[in-house]
Amino acid sequence: MTEPLLQVTGLNRCFGAIQASRDLSFGIVAGEIHALIGPNGAGKTTAINQLTGEIEPDSGSIVFDGRDITRLPVHKRALMGLARSFQITAVFEHLTIEENLALAVQAHMGHSYRFWARADRDLRLTRPTRDTLRLVGLEERASAPASSLSHGEKRQLEVGMALAGQPKLLLLDEPMAGMGPGGTVELSNLIGELKGRITMLLVEHDMDVVFSLADRITVLVYGEAVATGTPEQIRANPLVRQAYLGEEHD
Amino acid sequence: MLGMGLVALVALPPAMNALGETYLVSLFSRILIYALVAVSLDLILGYGGMVSLGHAAFFGIGGYVVGILAFHSYEAEPLFTWPFIFEGTENGLLTLPLAMLVSAFFALIIGFFSLRTTGMHFIMITLAFAQMLYYFSVSLEAYGGDDGLSLYARNQLPGINLGDDDSFYYLCLGILVIYLYVSHRLVNSRFGRVIQGVRENERRMQALGFATYRYKLVCFTIAGAGAGLAGALIANQTEFVSPGLMHWTRSGEILVMVLLGGMGTLFGPVLGAIVLLLLEEVLAIYTEHWMVLLGPFLVVVVLFAKRGLYGLLTGRKP
Repeated sequence: MTEPLLQVTGLNRCFGAIQASRDLSFGIVAGEIHALIGPNGAGKTTAINQLTGEIEPDSGSIVFDGRDITRLPVHKRALMGLARSFQITAVFEHLTIEENLALAVQAHMGHSYRFWARADRDLRLTRPTRDTLRLVGLEERASAPASSLSHGEKRQLEVGMALAGQPKLLLLDEPMAGMGPGGTVELSNLIGELKGRITMLLVEHDMDVVFSLADRITVLVYGEAVATGTPEQIRANPLVRQAYLGEEHD
Repeated sequence: MLGMGLVALVALPPAMNALGETYLVSLFSRILIYALVAVSLDLILGYGGMVSLGHAAFFGIGGYVVGILAFHSYEAEPLFTWPFIFEGTENGLLTLPLAMLVSAFFALIIGFFSLRTTGMHFIMITLAFAQMLYYFSVSLEAYGGDDGLSLYARNQLPGINLGDDDSFYYLCLGILVIYLYVSHRLVNSRFGRVIQGVRENERRMQALGFATYRYKLVCFTIAGAGAGLAGALIANQTEFVSPGLMHWTRSGEILVMVLLGGMGTLFGPVLGAIVLLLLEEVLAIYTEHWMVLLGPFLVVVVLFAKRGLYGLLTGRKP
């Protein structure tokens, strides 16, 4: 078996009396879409936040692309190719859509201590920005402020920003949250298109989306990974059914 | 409209001299200097989203650099003799850059600590640092302490007689125009974009891969340098520096100029400085309690023109 792109080992994290991650271990293989599912409060977002570095684990290790990143600050992980989208839409509302994406491009072009040249006439920024605009289908709205977008469009922009840096691993934290059926289809198509090109960790409530897109699924219950497998294996797993039906273990 | 404004400002001294209102030239020099410090505050406040209530500290430091250098020049006593002899000077080509440099240095130190916090804590810590410097300047007995320090003359610049109020006015106007242009380039550069991204959502910026703290610190330092330049000019304009330049109420006044004019715009703070200082001047003619009238006016503007006077005039969003 090949070395996983991301390997999480024995992650623990408590918030007071609540153990949000409990000896959490799983690996993501390059090229796959790996879904992380679990009932509400299972610690999915806590897990993502530990991967991105916003929360430090109490113990355990995270190895990404052959390097131990457990204690690395957020921005350094991002520059290594670990991109994320947020559960609650986090775009720069007062900037234009183009500027939003250009910032994401700019982040991966070395330092930004450039005080004089106009950013909007910098071809090294605008060209890749245009490409991403096209990819997420927001080309015609490029110069509108992000605040003018609908919720669904903001989610698309959000994913676009995560993609603009050509990440090695994309963490999608409930990309479908709050979207109408039309938007869900559009975004699933986008994720489907990217499949194989970019490795993804998908946290999602919409089980149809998860089971149609994911190559492998890890199930979290009370902060612990209780099962990992293909969609078929997960569907058949009794532990998973218990967790989702809310039954207690005997 | 901007062009008209500039023409009006250029034509102001001859017009005022013709009317015999020479006092207004020096009033407007003061206004332009406050416009400069307000624009510098807007770089961190309006563009960077850092609400600092200590900006006058850098303004005061700039003033004191000019004052102290002039004092030592007049007394013909070096400022310090180790590790090298440092004489006082009244040469504007030295004092103005030095004022910027020293203010920038203090901004770097203060920013280094303050920027580890955000929101209300940031407001309080910048305020605390500024008050520390205020009391420090009060304790400077050698330089007049509480009473401040008088300059014997304005600084010298080659080719310009700064003692002449008209020339001094044009110097202030020239510096303000240059500063506005530099700021315009700055906010539209890559760096400017990063700063605005941080204002919008710092967490998102980190997730994109930006070391946001460092960018904020650089922005804070640049703004401090701008305030120091304005402080150096005000010291020359009034030929006097005092701890009052750094008092937190001064920081508040500069903040009000930015809010009044429209934060997140470059010309808003200029407009804010003009309107606030003129109102002060005019209202003071009628009553010594002019604050009573100014207060409600500010409340109305802040409530009904969320984008400030500049937004009201142009209908443009920041």
